[in-house]
Amino acid sequence: MAVNADKLNIQVQARDLQKVVIGPAGELTILERLDLTVHAGEAVAILGASGSGKSTLLGLLAGLDEATGGEIRLFDQDLRSLDEDARAALRAGQVGFVFQNFQLLPTLTALENILLPLELTGNSQARREGLNALDKVGLAQRADHYPRQLSGGEQQRIAIARAIAPGPKILFADEPTGNLDQETGAQIIQLLLKLRRQIDVALILVTHDAELAQQCDRRLLLDKGCLEAMQ
Amino acid sequence: MRILRFSLLGLWREWRSGELRLLSFSLILAVAAVTSVGFFTDRVEQALQQQGNELLAADLVIESSNPLPEEFNLQAAAEGLEMAQTLSFPSVVMVRDEPQLVQVKAVSAGYPLRGELLIRELPESPIVAAERIPQPGRVWVEPRLLLLLDLHPGDSLSLGERRFSIERLIELEPDRGGNLFQLAPRVMIDLQDIPSTGLVSAASRVKHRLLLAGPPSSVARFRDWSEPRLPDNARILSISDARPELRNALERGSRFLALAALVTVLVTGAAVALSTRRLVERQSDAVAVMRCLGAQSSFLRNSLILRLLLLILLTGLAGALAGYLAQIIITNLLSDWLTQSLPPPSPRPLLTGLATGAITLFGFALPPLMHLPKVSPLKVLRRDLGVVQPGPWLLGLSALSALGLLIYWEAGEPRMALTLLSGVVVLLLLLSLLALLLIRLAGKLQQRARGIQRFGLASLSRHPGTTLLQVCGFGLGIMAILLLAVVRVDLLSAWEDSLPAGAPNRFLVNILPEQIAELETFLAQNRISNSGLHPMIRGRLSQINDQPVIPENYANPRARGLASREFNLSWGIQLQSDNQIIAGAWWQEENAAPQFSVDKGIAETLGIELGDRLTYSMGDRSFSAPVTSLRTVKWDSFNVNFFVIGSPATLRDEAATYITSFHLEPTQEKLAADLIKRFPNVTLLDVTAILQQVRRVMDRGSAAVEYIFLFTLAAGLLVLYAGILAGAEARSHESAILRTLGAARKQLLGAAAIEFATLGLLAGLLASLGAFITGQLLAQQIFQLEYGFSLWLWLGGVGGATLGIGLAGLFSAWPLVVRPPIQSLRQTE
Repeated sequence: MAVNADKLNIQVQARDLQKVVIGPAGELTILERLDLTVHAGEAVAILGASGSGKSTLLGLLAGLDEATGGEIRLFDQDLRSLDEDARAALRAGQVGFVFQNFQLLPTLTALENILLPLELTGNSQARREGLNALDKVGLAQRADHYPRQLSGGEQQRIAIARAIAPGPKILFADEPTGNLDQETGAQIIQLLLKLRRQIDVALILVTHDAELAQQCDRRLLLDKGCLEAMQ
Repeated sequence: MRILRFSLLGLWREWRSGELRLLSFSLILAVAAVTSVGFFTDRVEQALQQQGNELLAADLVIESSNPLPEEFNLQAAAEGLEMAQTLSFPSVVMVRDEPQLVQVKAVSAGYPLRGELLIRELPESPIVAAERIPQPGRVWVEPRLLLLLDLHPGDSLSLGERRFSIERLIELEPDRGGNLFQLAPRVMIDLQDIPSTGLVSAASRVKHRLLLAGPPSSVARFRDWSEPRLPDNARILSISDARPELRNALERGSRFLALAALVTVLVTGAAVALSTRRLVERQSDAVAVMRCLGAQSSFLRNSLILRLLLLILLTGLAGALAGYLAQIIITNLLSDWLTQSLPPPSPRPLLTGLATGAITLFGFALPPLMHLPKVSPLKVLRRDLGVVQPGPWLLGLSALSALGLLIYWEAGEPRMALTLLSGVVVLLLLLSLLALLLIRLAGKLQQRARGIQRFGLASLSRHPGTTLLQVCGFGLGIMAILLLAVVRVDLLSAWEDSLPAGAPNRFLVNILPEQIAELETFLAQNRISNSGLHPMIRGRLSQINDQPVIPENYANPRARGLASREFNLSWGIQLQSDNQIIAGAWWQEENAAPQFSVDKGIAETLGIELGDRLTYSMGDRSFSAPVTSLRTVKWDSFNVNFFVIGSPATLRDEAATYITSFHLEPTQEKLAADLIKRFPNVTLLDVTAILQQVRRVMDRGSAAVEYIFLFTLAAGLLVLYAGILAGAEARSHESAILRTLGAARKQLLGAAAIEFATLGLLAGLLASLGAFITGQLLAQQIFQLEYGFSLWLWLGGVGGATLGIGLAGLFSAWPLVVRPPIQSLRQTE
């Protein structure tokens, strides 16, 4: 029973994960026999130097990319058995993303950006939930602003609102403070962690900032393609 | 529902953001061009058709050798059609006991139902349109009858048992039709006078015509009703039975219009392709984010198709509306040029416009757009992952299929479509090849260049895909402008030159061999140059390949008519300058074996092929020879031409009369009278009025082409704009970085000017070449016109493109150098 309960609790799991790419100088191993398990509601920080493969790992765990070896299970589904479309269907409404460069669509207003994942799943309450999410990140008055009319910090808040609006089970955040100054970055992290706790969602945070990582439940260091637990 | 809602929202948001603007404008322009051309040509063609009907003096004519059954009249009356009847037959008039062969035409009230019968009261009176028919007991005659019989208006003549007094002089009968070379002068009387002449009995060889006119739908219904009920001796006459020289001019006019419309569609296609590429580049990030957020590619693809269909509908309707309005405005602008008001357009061009929009969008935009849903979601993490673009073969094939379809549809004939399509393909291949060479060259030159030259050249080689696309886009845009600005003018003037001011307006027929020397001396003394004296022999085509020619075996009424009547045949060794051999070979020698050369049109109608053996009968004699060549003939040149010509050995021994044509100025009218007196047996035909009719068609065609040119110009400018926008993001980013690093405004503007002027130079050179080759092909293959070298084409093409595109590049770079670089950097992040 204990095993089953644990299994139900696992949001994403990687076993023996390997990623090799072909570069100009031949084969390059980015991830080497890597194991990782993230449970529901757990916040895990992945640290590592630039080019250590943090973003690659994040992409693989979220099913955006395919591994060269090993197994990844997202919501207990083996990603190897799914094609890109099936992986997208698995993500829909269950996975939220926050990116370093925000990835807001410049042609949509703040609210429309937040509505996007809700409209994709055909949510009938899209607008209400979108406004609710906008309110949670403190930008209700900016609903009709376009990304270019917002500061970097505001843009990242909109991105966070978009990530949490559909009520996902897991959030993937790739260097969410990388494009922000220290103070704004700290505010954004506080907001992200606060909202994560409020809606009880798992978080995988990729960062090179050890201080930020401190605020997560677990910290892992990616070095030479392998993950090591940090104190 | 979810997908429809999502697509509608997406379309609205994309439109609002301006992402779709260039693509939409391109589509609207394509549809507007096609529909306005469609509406306009539809109206012009209807007007030309009406003018064609003028040649029949009605909308529909049934010709028969016996009076038609009464049910035809009743049916026509039931349809509410206007009716008139004519009866024509050869006869003799007697004046002072002197007989003269004439062609009698008896007409009923209302004749002509279409067109005008031009008459004069006295030889020196002005020409006016007749408002009635001859009064009972009066006769209207051709002026040459007066010359032949030394008569004057008011004099009387006998026709059969009745005396008539001469009331008016006939200058032009609208429905003279194929009887241009009718030898006997015309005499026109009221149909009611026929019984009193005693000339027509049941056994008489007369030609009855029932003339009908009315709304097109009623005419069409009557036609459908009458066709199965036609007696054996009756046939329906159509515009194709009208004079070949006018039909020729009408056909060429329509071709010019079709060409102008086609070039517009072609260029808007290029604009659509260019704007789609930009759209795909800009949309790829959005698609990657949506895929991250769980959108399946099938959902995105279906949503995209839905949005495209909505876009086609919206731009199609907007374009059709714009086309309709433009057509009204321009028709009004041209009202002075158009000698008659145009009929309202039919709705067909609207459908053509919508279909053109769909084909243009799907052909030029679908392949790259369909790759959009396949953008990897990983692009959100890795900026280096570009948009997956379809292979050049797929792109090319799709665009070419769309082009081929559009061209075939618009041109309506495969040969013109193929000529244009091959011109475009060759140009695009050349453009691509030379663009690649330029990119390589720019890469090499850049290493030697310094300062701003280096920046400008570097930009060309750094983005080879964009450079390639720009050269092709610019090249096509400039070629369109050149084709219409220079080639159009040259072709139109070549067309008008084909009917020069001094084109023959008089024909002399029935010249006896022994009169040739004297006639030539007479003409030379009066300084009148003629088109040469050609022998003319009349014969009926009796056998093809020893099989008898039976008119009833031909389904085509024109073929039936041709098979049953006598041909004017000729012989000679010199090919007329306006004839061109298109199959086989022309004999060169006086003693070449017996053989025939046949006009292509008539060969097709009668099913005659190269190598076939034709037999002609003349009374109880007949002669045969093989067909060794097929010719195209410019019937609208007004030179003496023949459908069938034999080698001297074929026909030299047959009794022939001779024919020639020449130009007579209005001041030389007296010469005509002298000529008739000197050679009383010779018939002088005046074709001035017909000549003017052909000229009017040419003028009208030219006016229409001028108008359609405006759309093509707009399309050319749009594609140039799209070309400048291509790669604008990358350029903005690079400029911002260079400015951050300290580059002066002057340097950046200079670099942009060099980059675009180089593109313009190359595109201009290739476009001039393309326009020259296409112009040559069109002139020779389609319009059968002489088209020479035009210095303006090259000067305008190369110089204009270098300067114009260089300046456009300069202007496009201006906003980049005046706004703070940080803005550009943020936007392109």
